Amino acid sequence: MDFTELLSFAIKNVFPSNILLASLLGMCSFLACSKKVNSATGLGIAVMFVLTITVPLNWCIYTFLLKEGALSWTGNPELAKLDLSFLNFICFIAVIAVMVQFVEMVIGKVSPSLYGSLGIFLPLIAVNCAILGSSLFMVEREYSFVESAVFGLSAGFGWMLAIVLIAAIRQKMRYSNVPDGLKGLGITMFITGLMAMAFMAFAGI
Amino acid sequence: MASSEMKSLVIDPVMDKNPVTVQSLGICSALAVTTQVAPSLVMAIAVTVVIACSNAVISSIRNLIPSKIRIIVQLVVVATMVILVDQVLKAYAYNVSKSLSVFVGLIITNCIVMGRLEAFAMHQPVGKSFLDGIASGIGYGWVIVLVGFCRELLGSGKVLGVQVVPDALYDIGYTNNGLMVLAPGAFLLLGTIIWIQRTINDSLQEKE
Repeated sequence: MDFTELLSFAIKNVFPSNILLASLLGMCSFLACSKKVNSATGLGIAVMFVLTITVPLNWCIYTFLLKEGALSWTGNPELAKLDLSFLNFICFIAVIAVMVQFVEMVIGKVSPSLYGSLGIFLPLIAVNCAILGSSLFMVEREYSFVESAVFGLSAGFGWMLAIVLIAAIRQKMRYSNVPDGLKGLGITMFITGLMAMAFMAFAGI
Repeated sequence: MASSEMKSLVIDPVMDKNPVTVQSLGICSALAVTTQVAPSLVMAIAVTVVIACSNAVISSIRNLIPSKIRIIVQLVVVATMVILVDQVLKAYAYNVSKSLSVFVGLIITNCIVMGRLEAFAMHQPVGKSFLDGIASGIGYGWVIVLVGFCRELLGSGKVLGVQVVPDALYDIGYTNNGLMVLAPGAFLLLGTIIWIQRTINDSLQEKE
């Protein structure tokens, strides 16, 4: 894959197949944390950071440890026959949990104010389906190492873009007259639906 | 256990404390797998089994888990259950498991599961936790099956793969709404369901 192909692959992941708006992953933390632009930006950056690291890392683990015949580098024919891919879920989630703990420690050290505003939501990244989902997509779509690195970065950026845009709309929404039954969760669903339509339109380019 | 307590244990998660429409948990899979009824049904059953079993397991070892590492312990238990469900689906319902693709694995990160473990199973006896898991699963299940039903009906004119919209209707100019099969349709439908439920029951409305 040359540079232009990688670039169009990245743009595809940011817009038409946006991980939040097209694959519908990471909705829980998105709904909980999209009331203010500041905290949405913080969470978006944290997700992007964790995704960029975990997807290539999980690619290595999958390719060199779990895949059928992955252990052939050991030179032991018994090990080379093993197919451990059913351990996918448990290995990926362990890597993600460790990485999230690490990011939490780094943010706590570097920026206590960001740490304070993200508060409870940082540990929730561990159970953010966008993170685990990207690793599983990486396995299912059989990406190469470079592709999986680009995929992690661009999917994370797409997620951040979507949550920041919607947080901005929700912030303005406070001055609008929304029907009682739609306040909060309901109207957010509608905005997100409209936003998803807009993002889908990029598929034409 | 008093019967009224029992009743609220089972009824609450299905209606007034519904995990999807009221607590906004587990929305990802509720939107992503619901393009048709069949995968929604399978997903609902899979999630119910995972919540009920992991609730029971965590509840039975709740006094042994040090509170500092409880998240990891919970994740391991849930991941084990999900691997079991995944293997069973691959063996007995391969086509459905293919169409659910990554979303079986994503039950691990389904917030309903972790939420119930954290909020209920860590403090309650095994029997009650198991029942709570089943009830939460049903509360999640009816919403996603309803969304799946509407999307399949409006999006492709079918229910469970059988055509229900008569040909005569197509002849006079009715067309399927392609948007319903795509992501925006899911958002709009779930938004509508939430709207209807909160209009019927005022106490669920959010005050801002």
